Amino acid sequence: MTGFVVRRIGHTLLVLFCVATVSFFIVRLAGDPVQQMLPPEATAEQEATLRASLGFDRPLPEQYVSYMTGLLSLDFGQSVFFHRPAFEVIMERLPLTVDLAVAALAFTLVVSIPAGIVAAVKRGSATDTSVMASVLVGQSTPAFWVGILLILIFAVNLQWLPASGTGSPAHLVLPAVTLGLYSAAMIARLLRSSLIDVLGEDYIRTARAKGLSGFRAVTSHGLRNASLPVVTVVGLEVGSLLGGAILTEQVFSWPGIGRLTVEAITYRDYPLMQATVLFLAAVFVVVNLIVDLSYALLDPRVRLS
Amino acid sequence: MPTAVLRALRRNHAAKVAVGVIVLVVFVGLFAPLISPHDPNLQNLELKLRPPFWMSGSEPGYLLGTDKLGRDVLSRIMYGTRVSLLVGLAATVLSGVVGAVIGVVSGYYRGWREQVFMRLADVQLAFPSILLALAIIAVLGPSLFFMILVLGLTGWVSYARVVRAEVLSLREREFVTAARAIGDTGPQIMVRHLVPNIVAPLATIGTLQVAAMIVAEASLSYLGLGVPPSVPTWGSLLADGQLYLRSAWWIAVFSGAAIMMTTLAINVTGDLLRDVADPKAYTR
Repeated sequence: MTGFVVRRIGHTLLVLFCVATVSFFIVRLAGDPVQQMLPPEATAEQEATLRASLGFDRPLPEQYVSYMTGLLSLDFGQSVFFHRPAFEVIMERLPLTVDLAVAALAFTLVVSIPAGIVAAVKRGSATDTSVMASVLVGQSTPAFWVGILLILIFAVNLQWLPASGTGSPAHLVLPAVTLGLYSAAMIARLLRSSLIDVLGEDYIRTARAKGLSGFRAVTSHGLRNASLPVVTVVGLEVGSLLGGAILTEQVFSWPGIGRLTVEAITYRDYPLMQATVLFLAAVFVVVNLIVDLSYALLDPRVRLS
Repeated sequence: MPTAVLRALRRNHAAKVAVGVIVLVVFVGLFAPLISPHDPNLQNLELKLRPPFWMSGSEPGYLLGTDKLGRDVLSRIMYGTRVSLLVGLAATVLSGVVGAVIGVVSGYYRGWREQVFMRLADVQLAFPSILLALAIIAVLGPSLFFMILVLGLTGWVSYARVVRAEVLSLREREFVTAARAIGDTGPQIMVRHLVPNIVAPLATIGTLQVAAMIVAEASLSYLGLGVPPSVPTWGSLLADGQLYLRSAWWIAVFSGAAIMMTTLAINVTGDLLRDVADPKAYTR
């Protein structure tokens, strides 16, 4: 187990290093970013001042080394728009993105688990067909359109829920449903196929033969065995929900990290954009690591492979 | 494979409808200048925010209503089809080619090449799909070319992984050993013997990928980072429509419906192809 953990952590550190490098170079893809960050009427003097304050006047290798060493002490650079360390701005917005991701995950699980079980148990029935059709629609509908439809129905027409902003649990409902819909569809589909595989196993037949009710056989024997791949994907979805909230946050003007990224792009605040991109990717990588390690704890076969 | 696809298609009514929708979308995309009722950029402020034809206050000739500048929503959606299809197909082909090359090389040679490419795939996967494209386009500036390039170059991982797995098993097969025995070089074996055997899985992933690329394009356009604003796209229509949701719901609803219908049709067709390619999955 220790060997597996060490190997997995080493791999994660390598990926994080590459992710940081990619983030560094993205901002410099089009050459000197300072020119793009200033309005066309800016003087050469203003340009030189900004360039010096951001360190863009130094040679590229030197910039890279100071950026990477800064990251070790969580120095993600300075936001030009907010005039504050980018990491500080990100930390301020993080709780809102976490709230949204947790609510979206709750919605995902509440919808997908019963849907997946019912579809698997009643395989081939009308219920199964309608669950699978909903899954396909859920996976094909772009999140931002779902969000706009929900706003139209529940905020504009029925006026039950707020269309945007934060402040109360009611504000969280529409964004959470929007963000969780795709994951719900995916997990329902996965749980269904994984449960169908398990329900065909001999031990389920044995359990039934010994007099266990269909419901008990599914919940205590089937679900437990079918849940391992689902747990993995749910774990990975947490990372996606945290990182993939850009569009949902934009639709609902939800001031989390996704919206901060779009704001950084709008204000041409490239250091902040670089920081949010790196932060979101790093969160995803670290969540992946945690999922892998916990999966190895649950299933010894993973450690050996 | 083509006969198996046709046979499966005959049995599957949903897939028949889906293929019909795809044919319609492609037709609209190709012939938009000939069949669209109006110039998509023609403004007429006297006709602004008119509702669709069945509602009172609608304007004859503007079936799906007009937007804030009096432009015809139907014509803008029809022209938007062109950008969506172009980006969807071009980015898919680009990512398919890149992914297939990386997958074949990794799977055939293994060793350091496989290590490097698969680690690169891990790094690529660390970025939430839209984030990398968003950041790169923000720096390079919005353009159709960059959009295709960025989406194409960031979408290769799923192809590479599947192709690599296929090649890992193919390289042990007798026909590859025989080719090696008669003196074929690595590149010859890859091009003549391995590539023809990975076309089916590539086509399946590619179909599903077109839908993902169309959504990615719409997402970037929605965020204002798509093609320049003068070109109507489904995503930018949706963004405009959201601003007028209270007074003119039809702009956002119809443009979003166009995206959903297209991606749903492509996904249903992609599922059919996958079922044909993998009959075991068909029974699930």
